Amino acid sequence: MKLYLKIWRQLNTSSKGEMVDYEIDGVTEHMSFLEMLDLLNESLVQLHERVIEFDHDCREGICGQCGIMINGRAHGPLKHTTTCQLHMRSFKDGDTIYIEPFRATAFPVLRDLKIDRTAFDAIIASGGYIGASTGQAPEANSIPISYETVEASFDAAACIGCGACVATCKNSSAALFVGAKITHLALLPQGKIEASKRVLTMVNQMDMEGFGSCTNTEACEAECPQGISVLSIAKMNYEYNKALIFKK
Amino acid sequence: MLTMKSTTLKNKLIIAFTGLFLCFFLVIHLLGNLQLFLPEDQAREQFNWYSNALSGNILIKIISWVLYLSLIGHAVYALIITTKNNTANGKNYHYDKRNFSSAWNSRNMGILGTILLIFLIIHFKDFWYTYKFTNLPVDAAGHKDLYEVVVQSYSQLWYVILYEISFIALGFHLLHGFFSASRTLGLYHPKYVKAIKIFGWGYTLIITAGFMAIPLYIHFK
Ligand code: HEM
Ligand code: SF4
Ligand code: FES
Repeated sequence: MKLYLKIWRQLNTSSKGEMVDYEIDGVTEHMSFLEMLDLLNESLVQLHERVIEFDHDCREGICGQCGIMINGRAHGPLKHTTTCQLHMRSFKDGDTIYIEPFRATAFPVLRDLKIDRTAFDAIIASGGYIGASTGQAPEANSIPISYETVEASFDAAACIGCGACVATCKNSSAALFVGAKITHLALLPQGKIEASKRVLTMVNQMDMEGFGSCTNTEACEAECPQGISVLSIAKMNYEYNKALIFKK
Repeated sequence: MLTMKSTTLKNKLIIAFTGLFLCFFLVIHLLGNLQLFLPEDQAREQFNWYSNALSGNILIKIISWVLYLSLIGHAVYALIITTKNNTANGKNYHYDKRNFSSAWNSRNMGILGTILLIFLIIHFKDFWYTYKFTNLPVDAAGHKDLYEVVVQSYSQLWYVILYEISFIALGFHLLHGFFSASRTLGLYHPKYVKAIKIFGWGYTLIITAGFMAIPLYIHFK
């Protein structure tokens, strides 16, 4: 099929950037969205033009690197699907596709479709872990945890840190990402011990990175490739309020 | 060691608490106003008596001060978070279909709130200020005749329309606001999600329909 692409080109963070038109022919419906971009880049190489830079790593939906805005939706038109797992069968011959980087003040564009997600790393580094040094993996059955709790914790742990929640939020709030991490750890016995300190430092860091505040529009859950529940935001608020009241 | 610069969740807590107080106040306000549905003579006597009784009561005085503070606090913090959120959102997308994944009223709480704010200024001037600070004629029992002010106001069609539009805005604000406040306060358990949604809908419908009915009833009776 033949497609008309409008792609954001920007040399570096300080340059202005603009949408540039491209035409591409010979796209098959079996290609992934990123393979379609690879094909376009090959043609640019042959023309000795600068290729379109975009982030990717695993191409199997687990690393969280590949997020881009496709036709105005984070990770494109499908629900709960990463960009790399989106295939060209979701488009048809003659379509025009707008391709832009995820946008938020906290996510500066590095080049073209690549953004700087260091703000997420800073949030995790501020408290998204357990303080005790764990050594070797301990005997799994020595700490009893109910099946439901493990599942709920694991659901939250599934966040791949892609940033689609921020990109799709009208407030550029990182509440779903932070909520997922808070929930993941607060549910487990090992994580409970530092829960208050963790929620305070992580929320603090989230604010310092310049993310907005959540107004519960729930757009994030709809676009999240992992289907992280917005209830993890409420859980974060619960942990935060509890920490405000009982903090020593 | 912990430098707490964090404000987003605290700001949200202020909006939630003040918002919920306003929700509570609306119930009381509506219950009082239901007296306007009585037959004219009885409505006049009872509504004026009630308004008079309220303005003399110390408990009501305290509640009204909490109300004024809540309204101001709610609006000020709403403005703060809305401004901050716009800054955080940064540059626009050239092609934006993000609206697909959320409800319009949840995205436009600031605009709905601004409509409410304009309404409140008009409402306070025409009833609150008129009642408290002007010399109104008195009814047979010697109470200031607020009922007459109500009837006169709602006899004008444009005034009724203004109120109806504002109440629709209120309805959409409440529908998202009540639910949003429950999340801000941390009600996270899946067990209550549905109950809160249903309660929020019920509350919103009753309050909105109740307030909308009054100007219509008085205008067309
Ligand atoms: C009768 C009057 C009002 C009531 C009952 C009310 C109620 C509420 C409630 C319950 C919330 C949810 C708080 C939360 O998310 O935690 C809220 C949020 C909000 N209100 Fe109001 N409000 C009223 C008037 C106003 C006014 C006058 C403004 C603006 C000047 C306003 C602007 C906002 C904004 C921007 C939000 C934040 C949206 C969000 O968090 O989802 N409200 N309101
Ligand atoms: S919560 Fe979902 S959308 Fe947000 S970073 Fe994690 S996986 Fe991506
Ligand atoms: S490239 Fe790893 S999730 Fe898409």
